[in-house]
Amino acid sequence: MNNKISDREVVFHARGVTKVYQMGEVAVHALRGIDLDLYAGELVVLLGPSGSGKSTLLNILGGLDTATSGQVSYHGRELTRADDRELTEYRRHHVGFVFQFYNLIPSLTARENVAAVTEIARQPMTPEAALEVVGLGHRLDHFPSQLSGGEQQRIAIARAIAKNPAVLLCDEPTGALDSATGIVVLEALERVNRELGTTTVLITHNAGIAEMADRVIHLADGAIAEVHLNPVKKRARELSW
Amino acid sequence: MRGQALAIAAVIVSGVTTMVMFLSTYDSLLHTRESYYRENRFAEVFASLKRAPDQLAARIEAIPGVERVETRVAAAVNLDIPGFNEPVIGKLISLPDTGEVQLNLLYLRRGRFIEPYSDDEVMLSETFANAHRLLPGDTLHAIIKGKRKALTIVGIVLSPEYVYQIAPGAFFPDFKRYGVMWMGRTALASAYEMEGAFNDVALTLNRGASLGTVIDRLDELLARYGGYGAYAREDQFSHRFLSEEMRQLRTMATVFPLIFIGVAAFLLNVVLNRLINTQRDQIAILKAFGYSNAAVGLHYVKLVLLIVLLGVAAGVALGVYWGKELSLIYMEFYRFPYLHYLLRPTVVLVAAGITFLAAVSGTLFAVRQAAALSPAEAMRPESPVLYRVTLPERLGLQRFFTQPTKMIVRHIERRPVKSLLSVIGIALAGGIMMVGNFQEDAIRYMVEVQFSLSKRDDLSVRFIEPTARRALHELQALPGVRHVEAYRTVPVRMRFEHRSYRTALEGVEQGGELMRVLDSRLVPIELPAEGVVLTDHLAAILGVQPGDMLTIEVLEESQPVRQVPVAALSKQYLGVWGYMRIDALNRLMREGEVISGAYLAVDPPARESIYAELKEIPRVAGTVVRKTAIRSFYDTMAETVLFFSFIANMLGATIAVGVVYNTARIALSERGRELASLRVLGFTHGEIAYILLGELALLTLVAIPLGFLVGEGLCAFLASQFRTDLYRVPLVLEPDTYANAAAVLLLSACASGAVIWNKLGRLDLVAVLKTRE
Repeated sequence: MNNKISDREVVFHARGVTKVYQMGEVAVHALRGIDLDLYAGELVVLLGPSGSGKSTLLNILGGLDTATSGQVSYHGRELTRADDRELTEYRRHHVGFVFQFYNLIPSLTARENVAAVTEIARQPMTPEAALEVVGLGHRLDHFPSQLSGGEQQRIAIARAIAKNPAVLLCDEPTGALDSATGIVVLEALERVNRELGTTTVLITHNAGIAEMADRVIHLADGAIAEVHLNPVKKRARELSW
Repeated sequence: MRGQALAIAAVIVSGVTTMVMFLSTYDSLLHTRESYYRENRFAEVFASLKRAPDQLAARIEAIPGVERVETRVAAAVNLDIPGFNEPVIGKLISLPDTGEVQLNLLYLRRGRFIEPYSDDEVMLSETFANAHRLLPGDTLHAIIKGKRKALTIVGIVLSPEYVYQIAPGAFFPDFKRYGVMWMGRTALASAYEMEGAFNDVALTLNRGASLGTVIDRLDELLARYGGYGAYAREDQFSHRFLSEEMRQLRTMATVFPLIFIGVAAFLLNVVLNRLINTQRDQIAILKAFGYSNAAVGLHYVKLVLLIVLLGVAAGVALGVYWGKELSLIYMEFYRFPYLHYLLRPTVVLVAAGITFLAAVSGTLFAVRQAAALSPAEAMRPESPVLYRVTLPERLGLQRFFTQPTKMIVRHIERRPVKSLLSVIGIALAGGIMMVGNFQEDAIRYMVEVQFSLSKRDDLSVRFIEPTARRALHELQALPGVRHVEAYRTVPVRMRFEHRSYRTALEGVEQGGELMRVLDSRLVPIELPAEGVVLTDHLAAILGVQPGDMLTIEVLEESQPVRQVPVAALSKQYLGVWGYMRIDALNRLMREGEVISGAYLAVDPPARESIYAELKEIPRVAGTVVRKTAIRSFYDTMAETVLFFSFIANMLGATIAVGVVYNTARIALSERGRELASLRVLGFTHGEIAYILLGELALLTLVAIPLGFLVGEGLCAFLASQFRTDLYRVPLVLEPDTYANAAAVLLLSACASGAVIWNKLGRLDLVAVLKTRE
């Protein structure tokens, strides 16, 4: 692995990305001209207060939303003019999502939740292997309602990585958890990023978490305020907030 | 929410519409009949006899309890209608040349009344006149005692005696081939050698008079004049048919609306449960502010009230519209001169009341659950549903299921009651639709059995009076007649223990081809040498079994009374009769080889000439052609059947769509989040649609066979209601009845599915990432 991030392959290339949406009579400018490159294998934290546009940017990168203007491409593939079918296909094979509230399927067990995704993937891991990575190999046949928040989130991570995605997008993964459990989850993410080399983008409003990233992108009012590198990444275990 | 409210409103509308439609038609017919009978002085007692002198009228009037008497001359006659070659029979009834008609007043539709003492003026019943497009001024011919007489039509009328106009011995009205006419007494009496005499009498009674006593006294008086037995209005054919019909209307007016309103209540309950659950925190806030449970409940009741009011208003409007349509259809068969359409306020109140009650009880149950929570508890999200691995999966089928399929199966298993109720709702819809088709199939079957298996003649000929068997030769000799079988019909009263019934005994040829008596398996019975075969329904009325001795009082000629054993029971869907071998009946009557008429099989090309010849034979009173009568029956029934079929299918589809759509819509709101999550994860629109629509498809597919069962039950219930001495409706369910119900259910499910498909296309994927539940 190269030490210099910017020498790596560009995974996401965004230029002049804006997003405006209507809320009743008010036009909300969620993003005001974002220029950004994200590199293979890095762990990026998008940091900023609420309303800064972090989620909007993540959604656009993940093909859930389309930019109002500007360009976004993934490995050279234009996302901004893709239709619903193409975006679905993109998400299906290239992107893993982790949500703040886990969004597991309540009627499926842990293993089945992961299997739901591996069934439709091209070159997946087995559900068991994915759950091993996040340390839940022994809780395969429990339903989400029988598991704690931290365990549920880790299953969600397993579900996200099981398809061997190129990119992992996490929106406030520890937002619903206490700090101890949160660290366990972050450890799982850290491990995924390190062992599988998955480009990971993590949204948080918590500056403490940013210390585990390769790069931290500060967002404010829909624009990038600052980008800074962490010369030394802290281990998740060492974080405190 | 709007779509769901609309679907529920549609179900409510269906319920109210059915109730209002049937009940208002019933009330209208009842009210119209009462007015008509009263204004036109419909008689209360009727009797026909061979012949009595006019003076007897005074003695009849003297019977205690008799208010008014009217004597008449009546005769059966063959008619010759220009441009119509088939046999037409008619009944001629006299009108007094002097004085006013006392009873059974005619209602003049067109033209005028006959001139007193006119020789050839007649008034025609409206149905017959319309069927042949006859107008005042036209001429027709009657064959009276072998002689052709030209009659001039001066008026078109309706009579309360013939609200339901049907030829004697026929099973359904045939307006083209049976007509009733009124003629001057003098002219009619002279044509039939009845000057100074009468053969028909009608009476009304004073208030409080004893019907039974009057009838008995009348019978006594008429006995020596060949009385055929007096009967009350309730046994008068037209009146009886009409009463039966109205009884059925009443039945339908109760059963169907209850089903609809029940389903509506269920839907309201489910939808409101859902709605209230999404508003748990709002309820909590209200309660935290001090609103009582009652106040919270009232808020939701108001919402429901709005839906109910709209539904009832629309339902009443539609019900009135269709009630009028239905009344008009009835008026095709039951000829009233006018229709007093009546919507009683009670009907509206009852319909609205029941609907409101059902809706509110459904609502309050849901509200009570939510309002019972403490505010703090209500503000927490609902505890998650505990899922389990389902039984089929545990049995090892698990490896055949993809994850989405598991989701479908487990979701159903986790809410068995709700799923079951949805299935029941859809099944009810299917059942209702089957009822619509059942009527048509049952009628067809009844006619098939009667006219392909039992009575298979091409023509039946009735003689003016019982004749020697030799008369058959004359018929046999007609060119084109292939086969002739005699019959003998005798009016009788049958008695067993304290029960009695007035009907006819028919003597038929043993081993006949054209007239066969069928057993319960519809196999021709070999008629025994002695003894009578009774229609099973008649045997039930009399309480007899094969082997019992039946007392038979013959109501004509010498009026013998005999003891006859019941030999067997026969299955018949139309009418009730007793059958014997013709020679056995002749012996019973202590007469020689006497016949009342004959059944003929003829070559089709010779038909026309045979009709013509038969008209010329003096002793022939009337001819009935089976095939054309049946065809015209189907034609006239078609409209009624179509109406009911349409209504049943539409109402069934409304329930089906209402239940399926609501189930789907609720499932969508409850599971929208997880389905949107799957979309985010890369599932296609089609793949998530499978999860939702797959469950719906499964429920619908399970509901279809259940619907068949419900339909069979409903049809069986209705068939049991339509069981009278006039006809018994068999439970006949053809494959197309099932197929139709299944098809409409599937279509309704698909239509709801299409709407859901569209909604799934518009899931908000962004919002789902941030919401907790």
